[in-house]
Amino acid sequence: MLIYTVQRVGLAALICIVAMTILFSLVYVIPGDPASIALGPRATAAMKEALRQRMGLDQPLVVQLLYFFGNVLAGDLGLDVWTNRSVTTIVGEALPYTAALAATGLGWAVALGIPLGCYSAIRRNTPIDKLTGVISIGAISMPSFVVAIYSLLIFAVALKWLPAIGAGERGDLVDQLRHLVLPAFAIGLGWVGYLARLVRASMLEVMGENHVRTARAFGLPERTIVFRYALRIAVLPTVTLLGIAIGGLLSGAVFAEIVFNRPGLGQLVYGAAATRNYPVVMGTVLVTVLLFVVCTMIADLTVALLDPRVRKSL
Amino acid sequence: MSARAFDAEARGGRVGAGLRGGQRLLRRIVQDPMGLLGLTLALLVVVTGLFADGLVLYDPLKIDVPNRLADPTLAHPLGTDQLGRDVLSRVIKGSQIALLVGISATALAMLGGLSLGLLAGYGPRWLDNILLLLFDAIYSFPIVMLALAVITLLGPSLATVMLVIVVGYVPVYARLVRTSTLGVKNSEFILAERSLGARPLRILVRHILPNVVGPLFIIASMDIPVVITIEAGLSFLGLGVRPPAPSWGRILNDGYSFIRETPWIVIGGGLPLIVTTLGFTFLGEALRDTLDPKLRRTI
Repeated sequence: MLIYTVQRVGLAALICIVAMTILFSLVYVIPGDPASIALGPRATAAMKEALRQRMGLDQPLVVQLLYFFGNVLAGDLGLDVWTNRSVTTIVGEALPYTAALAATGLGWAVALGIPLGCYSAIRRNTPIDKLTGVISIGAISMPSFVVAIYSLLIFAVALKWLPAIGAGERGDLVDQLRHLVLPAFAIGLGWVGYLARLVRASMLEVMGENHVRTARAFGLPERTIVFRYALRIAVLPTVTLLGIAIGGLLSGAVFAEIVFNRPGLGQLVYGAAATRNYPVVMGTVLVTVLLFVVCTMIADLTVALLDPRVRKSL
Repeated sequence: MSARAFDAEARGGRVGAGLRGGQRLLRRIVQDPMGLLGLTLALLVVVTGLFADGLVLYDPLKIDVPNRLADPTLAHPLGTDQLGRDVLSRVIKGSQIALLVGISATALAMLGGLSLGLLAGYGPRWLDNILLLLFDAIYSFPIVMLALAVITLLGPSLATVMLVIVVGYVPVYARLVRTSTLGVKNSEFILAERSLGARPLRILVRHILPNVVGPLFIIASMDIPVVITIEAGLSFLGLGVRPPAPSWGRILNDGYSFIRETPWIVIGGGLPLIVTTLGFTFLGEALRDTLDPKLRRTI
């Protein structure tokens, strides 16, 4: 387990380095000078030069790359072009909103998707199973931003059951939760379907295995077999999926935050992209990449902890 | 491995055989209610896209301000938008952009993924490791975030959207192809070819390619609706197709701004997306179950 952990953490670090290099080189691969892009067409040569110096763009490439790595390690993501505030602070302020949204979205997907998949597998080929299957595919294929807009239209604009925009009053937990319902519903819906299908498929596979047959032969109650012996193994692929789901949830959160006008990483990066606030865009994107890499790593380590067979392969 | 999956694997070139028996395939899809529904919806979208210019009731760009934000009538079945343009005509015309982006971006990503995947799977170990690391790094960018980063630098346009989609999907397909390449690389018929002195390129193109391309086609065809959704999403954010072109995402964007005045624009912009994704997904599921039951386990 120790060797596996070291290897997996090393891999994650390598992926981060490569991803950061990609992000960094975007500036150079893509035509145009970031300083002129940020300042727009009316900037004078002196203004551009000043910004270029402030962003370190007058240094040799390798030096810039090393500086970039050093700064990120020190937690410095640069300065906002317009307000001169630290990007780390700005991202830090937005992160909790997105984290709450992603966690709620994933939470309800897990709470509904896993039991649904498990039930489907036990009642295999019954009408309920088939219905669940069709609904799952429907949920998966529904674009999350369309779900967001439609739920805004139905529950906030037409029925007025839930608030349409914002994240709620600070300190008022009930209000904040009410604001969380629709966005979390929108970004989680597809994952309910995914989880239900994945759990169903792996349950069916596990239920056909020898140890389950042995348990049956010993005359254990069906309940014990399902929960103690089958489901425990069947949820393993789910853990891997949950790590990957973070990437999809962060993408979905961008739309949900914009449709419901909530603060968060998506809103931040969207606003910054519109004003060509280059350091904020890059900083936010970098944070989401790091989040994704760390989450997939934790998922893989969890699976390795639960399933000794995984540790041998990387 | 179930008996059925084993049987499917034992029948080499199963996808090719399935494609040749096109009629039989069609019959099996139509017999499955979900497959029939998928085929109908997907055909509806494709036919609409092909004949969009003949189907529109009005010029989708024609502005008619006195009639703005009108509710549905017989003349305008989905109402009009904030500039008085006919929403239904814009939806119909929008299917062209959706299909164009969906099919061409997926095809390009497939081509890129195929070549890189073959290279990683058949090439030397060090190249494989470098490419894998690169795939993982690109894959760790949430696609909307990658799009926002690239669009900040390049400016919004259809070409930028296509670029982002292709870059985002190449690693997915490359990994798939790499895995299947590794699977066939050491089979006996490849060893036989090598001992007969066939060059690597010939082995790759003539012998490995046909064996890895089937599953790739199925997976990629199921990604077409996802790609259409990404284009619409980016256009909804104002980062994709430039106005006044009628992308479904743009229609949703227009409708979102006026959601309190009239729900019809949003309904009109969202429905075709739902129809497309449902149609292609159900069709893809049916296709996959018929052509390659072994893939069923990988969602």
